[in-house]
Amino acid sequence: MSGQDQKEAGGRRWRSSLTALGMLPVLILLVIGFHLISGRFISFGNLSIVMQQASINIVLAAGMTFVVLTGGIDLSVGSILAAAAMVGAIVSLVPDYGMLGIPAAVGVGLLCGLANGAIIAWLKLPPFIVTLGSLTAIRGLARLLGNDTTVFNSNLPFAFIGNSTLLGVPVLAVIAFAAIVVSWVILRRTVLGTWIYAVGGNVEAARLAGIKVPLVLLFVYAMSGLLSGVGGLMSLSRLYAANGLQLGQSYELDAIAAVILGGTSFVGGVGSIWGTLIGALIIAVLSNGLILVGVSDIWQYIIKGLVIIVAVALDRYRTAR
Amino acid sequence: MDSPTPTPAGTPLLEMRNISKTFGAVRALSEVSLTVRAGEVHALMGENGAGKSTLMKILSGAYRADPGGEILVDGRAIPSGDPHASKAAGISVIYQELSLAPNLTVAENMFLGAEESRFGLLDRGAARRRAAPYLDRLGAGIRPEQLVASLSLGERQLVEIARTLTTNARIIVMDEPTTSLTARETNRLFEIIAGFKAQGLGIVYISHRMEEIYALSDRVSVLRDSAYIGTLERDEISAGRLVSMMVGRDLSSFYKKDHSVPGAGRPVVLSVRGMGDGAKVHDCSFDLHAGEVLGVAGLVGSGRTELARLIYGLDPHTGGSVGLDGKALDIHSPKQALDAGIAYLTEDRKALGLFLDMSVGDNVNIGVVDEDAGPGGLLNFAKARTRADAAVKALSIRTAGTRINVGTLSGGNQQKVLLARLLETNPRVLILDEPTRGVDVGAKSEIYRIIDGLAKRGLGILVISSDLPELVGISDRALVMREGRIAGEVSATPEAPIRQEDIMTLSTGTIPAERERSEA
Repeated sequence: MSGQDQKEAGGRRWRSSLTALGMLPVLILLVIGFHLISGRFISFGNLSIVMQQASINIVLAAGMTFVVLTGGIDLSVGSILAAAAMVGAIVSLVPDYGMLGIPAAVGVGLLCGLANGAIIAWLKLPPFIVTLGSLTAIRGLARLLGNDTTVFNSNLPFAFIGNSTLLGVPVLAVIAFAAIVVSWVILRRTVLGTWIYAVGGNVEAARLAGIKVPLVLLFVYAMSGLLSGVGGLMSLSRLYAANGLQLGQSYELDAIAAVILGGTSFVGGVGSIWGTLIGALIIAVLSNGLILVGVSDIWQYIIKGLVIIVAVALDRYRTAR
Repeated sequence: MDSPTPTPAGTPLLEMRNISKTFGAVRALSEVSLTVRAGEVHALMGENGAGKSTLMKILSGAYRADPGGEILVDGRAIPSGDPHASKAAGISVIYQELSLAPNLTVAENMFLGAEESRFGLLDRGAARRRAAPYLDRLGAGIRPEQLVASLSLGERQLVEIARTLTTNARIIVMDEPTTSLTARETNRLFEIIAGFKAQGLGIVYISHRMEEIYALSDRVSVLRDSAYIGTLERDEISAGRLVSMMVGRDLSSFYKKDHSVPGAGRPVVLSVRGMGDGAKVHDCSFDLHAGEVLGVAGLVGSGRTELARLIYGLDPHTGGSVGLDGKALDIHSPKQALDAGIAYLTEDRKALGLFLDMSVGDNVNIGVVDEDAGPGGLLNFAKARTRADAAVKALSIRTAGTRINVGTLSGGNQQKVLLARLLETNPRVLILDEPTRGVDVGAKSEIYRIIDGLAKRGLGILVISSDLPELVGISDRALVMREGRIAGEVSATPEAPIRQEDIMTLSTGTIPAERERSEA
C-alpha cells in the first residue's frame, strides 16, 4: 500500500467513526441548551437522574440494535419487560429464595425472545408481524400472571439494583453501560457479530457464504428478549412492584427511536451500538430537560417527535455529501 | 402514429465533437468525437470505465459536457446538459437497468409521465389503443394490457424500446441490451434493430460481446482510458484488432492455457449421479477430474445454474448423489458443501455474492472467520489481515486497501474478491457460474489466468458460461445442457480445441443454419 493509499484509508476510517458518532453534537448541544435555559441541568444530581431514566431504554435499545442490524424489528420488548417483571416479582415473594427472582425475570425474557426468533428463523414469517403478535400475546400473559393486579414486594431482596449506587453511579446506569459494552464486544469482536452484519447486509450472500442464517436470527431475537428481561428486572427493583397492564407500555417506540437516532440502517447491515447509546441519551435528555424548563406534558410529546425527525433528516443530509 | 422525418441513409445524423468531461480532478472523457449516420448501427466498445457511459450520459443530457465540445443533430447544435433538449432532438438512451414499474401495465409504462386523460380521469382505453401500433411494430406479441411483472426480461427490454419509439426517437442508444436476454429474444432484438436501420434511425450499440458486434454493426468506435482510440469500418472489424485497441496491448495469449489437459489416468474429484430437482433439472450425471476445467454450456434456462445450486446444497434435490474423492456426500446446505470442499461462485455477485457495506477484508474472510476465531468466538484480526493481504496480492486485486468498502471496487476486482473468499475455504472443487460476467477485457484475462493456475494446482473446476468463445477457450471438456438434461459432451484434443458449432448443435438440438449464415 502506498503512502497516498494509506492516507486515504485513514481518512475513510476517520470519516466512518465520525458517522458513528453522528448524533453526538446534537446530544452536546441539547445538554448545553437545557443548561443555559434552566440553569441547573448540568449538575451531578440531575445528570445522575437522567442516567437512571435512560438506563432501561438503553438496555432495550441495545437488544433492538442487534435485531435492526439484521434488517428485522422487535415490537414486543415492552410486553416482554412487563412479563419478566411480573415473574420476577412473584418469585421474589418466595420465602428464602427471593433472589431467584433475578434469574427468573431474565429467563422469562430469554424464553420470549427465543420464541420470537424460532418463529422468524424457521417459519420464515416477517419479524414485524411475528413481534406485533407477541406484543399483544405476551402483554396478555403478563396480566394473567398476576390475575391482572399489581404485585408488590416492599422487602424486595434485590432492591439494590434499582436504588443504590456504585462509587456514586446508579447501579441501573452501570447495568446499562455494561449492556452496551457487552453488545459492542459481540458485534465488533466476535464471529457472531460479523455474521449479524453479513446477514443484515445481504441475507442471500450470507447463505451462499455458508453462514447459518437461522441461528443468527434466533440469536438476535433471543438477545433482544434477554435484554428486555433485564429491563424488567430493572423496572421491578426500582418500583418494588410490577403491573402486567401498565409496565413497559410503548417502550418499544423509545427503543426503536434510539436505534434510529443512532444511525443504524433500517434495512440492516449498517450501524453501531455507540450510536444507539447516544440516541437513547438524546431521548432521556429531552424528556428530563423539557420537564426542567417547565414544558407541559403535551408539548413534550410534540417536541420529542419533531426532534427525532429533524435529527435523522439532518443526518441523512450530512452523510449524503 | 407520427413517423420520424426520414433522413437519407448515410448522412450524419448525430455528431459529437471534442466532448470532454471532468469530475473534480478526474478527467472522465478527453476530446472524444463520434459521428452516427442515418441508417447505421454504430457500436461503441471499451473496457469498463473507459468512458462509454459518461459519453452516453452527456448525449442524453444527464451530464453537461465541458465547454469546447458540441453536439449536433442534423447539423444543428443542441444545448448540453439539458435532458429535455436531447429528448426533443430525438435522442433516446435505453440503460442497462430497466426503468419500468412492474406493477403497472405495458401501456401505462409506455406513457408514464404523459398519461392520457379525459376530464382529469385516466383514459386507459386510449392509452391501450395508442400503445398497440408501437408494440405491433416490434412484432413480439406483447399486449398493451399485460402487467409488466408478467413479462420476461427480454420482453421488458422490448417494452422499453417501444417506449422510446413513442417519443419519436431517431437516435437510440442501447447499453448492453442482451445481457439478460435468451438466444431467441436476442435474435428478435436484432431483427428489430435491422428494422430501425431500414427506417433511417441511428443506433449506438454498446456491448462487450464480439459476436454481436460482428452480427450488427456497420462501424465500431473504441474508447480507452477516457479517450477516443479509433473507428473501424465493417470490413475491418476483427476480434484481435478490437481487443488490442481496447486494451492497448496485444492479447494473443488471451485464453492461454498453462495447465496440462488431464488424461484418463487423473483421479475423479467430483462425481455427480442422477442429480435432479423434479422441475428444472433431470437426471444429470458427470465426473470432474483433478486439474480439469470442465465447461457447462447451454442456453439461458437450460438448467445450468440450477444444477450448480443443487450440487452446492442451495436448493433441495429430489434425487441423485454427489461424491467427492470417492466418498459419498450428503449435502443439504452451502455450509455442508463448503465443509466438504465444494465452493460455488454465484452468477449474480451483487445480489447473491458480496456484502457491499462491508470491507474487502471482511468479504474475503467471511467464510473462514469461525475457523480462525479464538476462544468464545473472538475474532482473530491479525489472521484476517494476513489472509486479506495475501489474497489481494495473489489475485492482484486493485484496491486502496483491505479496509476499503468492497462496493467501491470495479466489477472485475469485486469478482476477484469473491474468488478469494472461495479460495480461503481451501476447496477441492470450484463451481464458477459466469465468472466474467460484467467484467472488462483486462480483468477477464486475469480471471482466466487465475482459473488456469488453480487447475494446475489440481483443483477440479466447473465453469458455467454463456460466452462461447470463453467457454471454448478455457475448458478442457464441456458438458452441454438442454432442457434440464445433459445433452452431450465435447472434448478438446491436443490438436484441436472444442468447436463452438458442436456446442450450439447440442444446446439447440438442431443444425444451426441461421448461425452459420450470420458468421459466413
